[in-house]
Amino acid sequence: MPLGPYASFIVTSYALAIAVVLILVLWIALDHRRQKERLRELEAGGVTRRSGRGVADIR
Amino acid sequence: MTLIDLANPTRFLSLTARLLPWLAAATTALLLIGLYQSAVAPDDYQQGATVKIMFVHVPNAWLSMLVWGVMSLAALGTLVWRHPLADVAAKAAAPIGAAFTFLALVTGSLWGRPMWGTYWEWDARLTSVLILFLMYLGLIALWRAVEDPSRAARAAAILTLVGAINLPIIKFSVDWWNTLHQPASVMRLGGPSLDRAFLIPLLVMAVAFSLLFVTLHLAAMRNEILRRRVRSLQMMQASQRSV
Repeated sequence: MPLGPYASFIVTSYALAIAVVLILVLWIALDHRRQKERLRELEAGGVTRRSGRGVADIR
Repeated sequence: MTLIDLANPTRFLSLTARLLPWLAAATTALLLIGLYQSAVAPDDYQQGATVKIMFVHVPNAWLSMLVWGVMSLAALGTLVWRHPLADVAAKAAAPIGAAFTFLALVTGSLWGRPMWGTYWEWDARLTSVLILFLMYLGLIALWRAVEDPSRAARAAAILTLVGAINLPIIKFSVDWWNTLHQPASVMRLGGPSLDRAFLIPLLVMAVAFSLLFVTLHLAAMRNEILRRRVRSLQMMQASQRSV
């Protein structure tokens, strides 16, 4: 797949798009883990929701 | 399931838990197909291989506006219908929209240098998209600056609706003013002017990026609901300690 004289512009565009998408995915996944961890810590400390549902009910 | 049913965050969480794996798989598959089709698409007779930048630039540019449109609907949901998940949806969409707008600006710039001879020009299309990016950053800053999510939600909703004025300006800037940026070649009266060899990979990538947005948005909304639960439990804990 020859990309011609402007190959660096094309490759940079795709690499940047892939990098930004991966950063978004990673950020959201880590945030999910962090929030579940904080909920687990609070429940372990005896603080629970009125409904009685805990972090174990959240996948 | 209706919109009212989804007003219950617990029901929303169970729905996203069921949907997200399927959405993630469909997004990955479609992105891989789109990337393959972009790679094997023929060179343009004028632009050569640089036309391949279009397959990442245009979907991101479309989504930069679409996400603000979704946030505007959510803003109406906050201000008019007071839907409990409306401000969650708006807050979760802003960083994703900012990322798409950033990619539209940077890939456009990388496409512009070999085609126009410049990375940047203060023409109406480029400037209005830059303003959109700055508005996304402003909204994210507003959400972070106000601690109480319900207070932040109303201010953010008003700012979002005011910012929606920029969407038609972006869309029609290439018609209203003389711009270096080319006019619309897909969403135009009379149908797309692009050859099928470019149109099909472009549409596949557009659907793939749209699915990516839906997937990331649902996941970010789920995180925001959990963050608010953490906040309310922390407040309960603080009030129990003070008694």
